[in-house]
Amino acid sequence: MKDDYPKIYLYKRIVQAKLFIDKNYFDKIDLDNISDESYFSKYHFIRLFKTTYGKTPHKYLTIVRIEKAKLLLKKRNTVIETCFAVGFESSSSFTGLFKRIVGLTPSEFQKKEMLRESELVTMPLKYIPNCFAENKGWTKNSNFQEVT
Amino acid sequence: MITKLNHVSVFVLNQDSALDFYVNKLGFKVHTDAPMGPGMRWLTVCPPEQPELEITLMPIEDGMMFKDGAAEQMVELVKKGTFGFGVFECNDLLATYEELKSKGVVFKKEPKKEFYGYEALFVDDSGNWFSLSEKKRE
Repeated sequence: MKDDYPKIYLYKRIVQAKLFIDKNYFDKIDLDNISDESYFSKYHFIRLFKTTYGKTPHKYLTIVRIEKAKLLLKKRNTVIETCFAVGFESSSSFTGLFKRIVGLTPSEFQKKEMLRESELVTMPLKYIPNCFAENKGWTKNSNFQEVT
Repeated sequence: MITKLNHVSVFVLNQDSALDFYVNKLGFKVHTDAPMGPGMRWLTVCPPEQPELEITLMPIEDGMMFKDGAAEQMVELVKKGTFGFGVFECNDLLATYEELKSKGVVFKKEPKKEFYGYEALFVDDSGNWFSLSEKKRE
C-alpha cells in the first residue's frame, strides 16, 4: 500500500502548494509565503516541488500563467487584458515569455486560433478522421465546406 | 511502418460531464471542439504534455456506430465499469493521487508498488477505468 512511499505527509503539503498556485496564479505569488505555509524552508520546498512535479515552483507558475493566457486569447481577450489577467505586470515581459514558450507572440497565437476556430465551424471535417466522420454520417452534411 | 497513435476513443455517457471531468479534474486540455449540427459535437482532449494524442470523448448514441439496440447495451457495459482504456503516466503517483482525490476522482485501487513501478486505478465520470502509473523510482 501507500506505506511503500517515504514521508507521505510531505506529499500532502506539496500538493497543497501546487493547488495554491493553480488557484492564485493571477495574484502576486511569493514563494517565501508558500514555503512558509507548507512549513518548509524555501530551499527544501523548491527541491521537493521539483522532485514531485519535474519543475521548480517558479517555472510551474509561469507555465500555468501561459496556459491560462492561451485560453483567454482564444476567447478574444486583448493581449493587454490577458497579460494583466494572468498576473504579469508588463506586456513586454509577457510577450517575450509567451513567445519563448509557445513559439509565437500572443497576437500571432490569437490570429492562428481565430482561424482554426472559424474552420471548426465552416470545415470541421478538416479536423476529424474520415472513418469517424463517415460513421457518424457527417460526410453527407452539405453545410460543411469541403476540405481543399 | 506504423509510427504513432494519434487518436483514441473513450465512450462516455455524457459529453459535457466528461469534458468537465477530463479538463477540470484530470487537468487535460481541449484539443478540438467542433459543433457538428444539432446535438452533435466532435470533442477531443489531450494530456497536458502529449498534445499529439487526441482522446475522443465519444457519446454512445443510436446511429451508424451503434445499431439495433447496441447503444443501450454499451451504456450498461460502460456503467458497470467493463472497460479499461489505458495507462496514464505521471511524475509522482502519490502527489497525483492526493490531488485527484481532493478533486473528487474515485479510485478503484490505491497506489501500490508493482514490479514495474507504482500504480493506482481510477474511474472517469462514466465508469471507464484507467491505470495511473509512475516510472520506477531509482
